[in-house]
Amino acid sequence: MSTYFTNDHEWIKVEGDIATVGITDYAQAQLGDVVFVELPETGKTLAKGDEAAVVESVKAASEVYAPLDGEIVEGNEVLVDEPAKVNDEPEGDAWFFKLKLNNKAQLDDLMNADDYKAFVDSL
Amino acid sequence: MAEQDQTLALTPLYDLHVELGARMVPFAGYSMPVQYKLGIMKEHQHTREAAGLFDVSHMGQAYLVGPDHATTAAALEALVPSNFKELKPGRQRYTVLLNDDGGILDDLMVTRPEGEENDGRLYIVVNAACKEQDFAYLRAKLPANIKLEELPERALLALQGPKAAEVMALHAPQASEMAFMAAQEMEFDGIKIHVSRSGYTGEDGYEISCQAGTAEAIAKALLADDRVEAIGLGARDSLRLEAGLCLYGHDITEKTTPVEGNITFCMQKRRREQGGFPGAALIQKQLADGPQIIRVGLKIEGRAPAREGAEIVLPKTDKVIGALTSGGFAPTMGAPIAMGYVPVAYGVEGTKLEVLVRGKALPAIVTAMPFVPQRYYRKPS
Repeated sequence: MSTYFTNDHEWIKVEGDIATVGITDYAQAQLGDVVFVELPETGKTLAKGDEAAVVESVKAASEVYAPLDGEIVEGNEVLVDEPAKVNDEPEGDAWFFKLKLNNKAQLDDLMNADDYKAFVDSL
Repeated sequence: MAEQDQTLALTPLYDLHVELGARMVPFAGYSMPVQYKLGIMKEHQHTREAAGLFDVSHMGQAYLVGPDHATTAAALEALVPSNFKELKPGRQRYTVLLNDDGGILDDLMVTRPEGEENDGRLYIVVNAACKEQDFAYLRAKLPANIKLEELPERALLALQGPKAAEVMALHAPQASEMAFMAAQEMEFDGIKIHVSRSGYTGEDGYEISCQAGTAEAIAKALLADDRVEAIGLGARDSLRLEAGLCLYGHDITEKTTPVEGNITFCMQKRRREQGGFPGAALIQKQLADGPQIIRVGLKIEGRAPAREGAEIVLPKTDKVIGALTSGGFAPTMGAPIAMGYVPVAYGVEGTKLEVLVRGKALPAIVTAMPFVPQRYYRKPS
């Protein structure tokens, strides 16, 4: 299993053709206390860059974008009732959604963990 | 902060904010702490449960100085709809600066200082974002015998919360005896300060005006107490929203009157009857006949925060009747709340409306404010 990152501060874990997507620890720290999460509907087809989910902290609303083309196969309903989990375990149980990928070649455009760390350090 | 903008002003507590790990943001031309390490939610809760220390040194402090109280009060009354002639020494009052259309140019706190040597002086605190315009407006409108003396060398701190009085008493024992909206000079561990028992959170607490050079010592003495945490602008906003208090430039503006803004408590009887302030004819007509629109509180169903600018619609229609002027998640209530303007007919408590968030109509109910009960200090009788 490989983990990829975007410069929108999302992480993507890929197993077969299923990608699990969440936001990074850096992203949750920037957002602050998360109070609301809106998930995409299962079955929805998204293109890379489309708005997929919404995450709101006390201060502001942010979008979570589809990092790759695909179809939503599952949203993490736990986050709807416990949005603060995004702050507690952003890169663990607080994933946002799972995408069935239809263009795995797009993975080549994403960052690996080392690249992402360098990217965050440069901010 | 690596990206400190050279054009931003710093308060006397800037170094302390950075030392405390604050996230600094530009606000009204200043670099200000939006939150510290605790984060907005915990800072908010801590203020409701114990005590929070806020740096509000960016706000504009000044004296109006005239020959005697009656003259200075009359000059101010020509620009605001509140009664200052009868304001007693050592008392503070909330008011609004009006334009000729009755619109609100800013909201401010006005104190009549104690002591004969202060006769003819009124101490004012205005919003940071408005202070330059306010001071220019006051200078242009005040008669020649009333001078505006700005106090840029003063810092302003707020200590707010149910433990504020206990903490303050350790450093400035006189403060615990003060009534709500009282103001006086005293010493804090030997440092000269001007204190008012007021604030912007709905809690008991104080605002402490001091010389810039003494602000850090006072802040550190307060923060050394386990009951006190540093609180940023983020929690300041959620605390005041729960308390139903207006944020100038959002909930009240130059396009809204005090009647529309639902803050007529700042207009005492004599002023309502006699007028004599900018826009008096319109405001008195609104008092008599009711305004067209009014600021209301809204509780939003569900968890999604509805924010400033979101449209208010009539249920099951797409008829837009107003917009939110503030809104967000209320940490004390664990639910989203908002303020906005609606036609008066829809301003009745319990009226069911909807708010549009990302194209979805969220049910909302008109709710009396404050959303969270205010807990201002009441002197034992």
